[in-house]
Amino acid sequence: MNFDELFGHLGQHTVDGLAKGSIYALVALGYTLVYGVLKLINFAHSEVFMVGTFAVVGTWTLLGATNNPGIGMMLVFLAAGLVAGALASGATAVAVERIAYKRLRSMNAPPLAFLITAIGLSLVLSEAFGVWRGRLVVGMPTIVPQKVVFSIGNTSVSNTQLLTIIAAILMMIGLDVFINRTRYGRGVRAVAQNPDTAALMGVNKDRVIMLIFLLGGLLAGAAALLYAVRYGNTRFNVGFVLGLKAFTAAVLGGIGNLRGALVGGLVLGVIEVWAATLTSSNWEDVAAFVVLVLVLLFRPTGLLGESLGRARA
Amino acid sequence: MGLAAAMLAAAGCQDSGGSGGDTTAADCGGKIAIFGAFTGPNAGLVIPSLNGAKLAVKQFNTANPNCKVTMQEFDTQGNADQATPIANQVAQDQSFVGVIGGHFSGESKATMPIYEAAGMVMVSPSATATELTAGGNKSFHRVVGNDGTQGAAAVEYIKNVSKSQKVFLIDDGQTYGVGIIDVVKKGLGATVAGSDKVQTDQTNFDATISKIKSAKADLIAYGGYTNEAAPLLKQARAAGVTAKFLGFDGLYDPGFPKGAGDAANDAVVTCPCLPADKAGGTFAKDYQAEYNIAPGSYGAEGFDGANVFLDGFKAGKKTRADLLAWVDSYDKQGVSKYIKFDPTGDVDKSKVAIWSYKISGTNFEPEQEIKLTS
Repeated sequence: MNFDELFGHLGQHTVDGLAKGSIYALVALGYTLVYGVLKLINFAHSEVFMVGTFAVVGTWTLLGATNNPGIGMMLVFLAAGLVAGALASGATAVAVERIAYKRLRSMNAPPLAFLITAIGLSLVLSEAFGVWRGRLVVGMPTIVPQKVVFSIGNTSVSNTQLLTIIAAILMMIGLDVFINRTRYGRGVRAVAQNPDTAALMGVNKDRVIMLIFLLGGLLAGAAALLYAVRYGNTRFNVGFVLGLKAFTAAVLGGIGNLRGALVGGLVLGVIEVWAATLTSSNWEDVAAFVVLVLVLLFRPTGLLGESLGRARA
Repeated sequence: MGLAAAMLAAAGCQDSGGSGGDTTAADCGGKIAIFGAFTGPNAGLVIPSLNGAKLAVKQFNTANPNCKVTMQEFDTQGNADQATPIANQVAQDQSFVGVIGGHFSGESKATMPIYEAAGMVMVSPSATATELTAGGNKSFHRVVGNDGTQGAAAVEYIKNVSKSQKVFLIDDGQTYGVGIIDVVKKGLGATVAGSDKVQTDQTNFDATISKIKSAKADLIAYGGYTNEAAPLLKQARAAGVTAKFLGFDGLYDPGFPKGAGDAANDAVVTCPCLPADKAGGTFAKDYQAEYNIAPGSYGAEGFDGANVFLDGFKAGKKTRADLLAWVDSYDKQGVSKYIKFDPTGDVDKSKVAIWSYKISGTNFEPEQEIKLTS
């Protein structure tokens, strides 16, 4: 137990954890949106993220990106990566809904059937990329060279960390406003509360469901860009562990609750980095799940509780 | 692309040597199995060895039309769970009289009791974990140095070539990575400034990098494979870590510099394998002519491993027991080294040459042979 290291650089480890957790949070939003409306865990969401990372690296390769481009080109690559990642992930998410869920829904299949098709589709997607792009880690050019933006004491915050955290919080706020303040958001909340009544009131349920898959996909695509900028690599099974963590983050924060996904993601990231510092990196998953179990023992609905649609409906 | 093509080629002709080999006219020849990671994330490490073995079989069959030898490939993806059922299948099929493999330590460890029980001899071109020959298994032999020797050479390199004072050790928790890092740790003693363990399929290494920075390490030694090492090194360099990077033969893989990009420049890997041009005979030239690429990691060892069997077939050995006895008493110059096994199945330590290779772009350039002082 390396307490000296943890407490000696507590601020640094916390910032590292927040940056790591921000990516969990963005992916977690996808799980939580779908769960909030359909009471369904979309296990293929991890592959929605994976497709996004490959779209980002593919776009950069097409544009001939190299390491450390100038500021102008950097912005071009970031914008192109964001568009490509969001489009690819959004399209994948909608396709997942069309292929794996739509028909089952219309046939009133039992919930377990959805779970199996989701896991099946997730494996198909990841193996397809494994065959197509190889099973080895795929490196990417460094678009944003890391620089320390500011330091407080011995805690230094780098530009990519700051970008990741701020982007995650902004997107989370944007989504929150969209769900709580707009007409479309009202439809989403209505379907989440009671799909049949919502349908009677004239809400197009299928369109709402497509919308939430699309939103989840777009956010996963944004997460894919941030992941690419910060970690600079991907591979066919990148979604597996990250998806599991994001799902955990969603449960930790209260699945179905948008703000809970953000809180859960950030908390999980910080716990992991602290645990890895205290022991060694291969213990971070153990620590993450121990904390999850402890939290659920005392708050079975997660830190902030389930709430999509219920609060201020 | 080259790697992907090689993997496809390997997958495509997986069963090509499988059938039709039993009906030989002369009372000579036989069938052997070769297993390893011919596809999957670490295939880049193993394909050269497979190609070396295939080249040896091809040359033998051309030179000895009356003594036909077939070699059937079994792809384990380097995974012990996949290697075990394959081992049972091969052990039960009496037409197989010997086996080349495993290529990795984990799969070798898992399957050697099965082959031993079946009385089949194993000759591994590249499984280096020290423990494999320490358990008294009668089946396992290897034509490569073990991690005890490689680790000692790495210690030598760290002390005398890179002259590092603060070494940070990382392993991936697997048979091979833990084994070699343990050897290095014992050898370095007080110059170890810190350590961490990562896990397979981990993709971000913030905590590890913080520890490296806090330890003010001037050298990172990594025991494991490309899938974790490439992103780790890349993220460490991006975060401003300037410490030198030393890997072992698990990273002597074209995928490593490809995955890590510029970050891999000047990284060093040690390998108990010879640079291609140092291999004996016409091996390097023949390999180049056959596959249109220089033999990478363990190409010469794969060639040697196959030749141990081929010489046995030529001498008229054709049962499992005969071949086991043949390999035990094998005593001949190979292309990678002089091959003679001690009672545990290791090759003579004094014949093992450990080389360091420095990465430049995407190439592994031979740096020097590391001489052991003790």
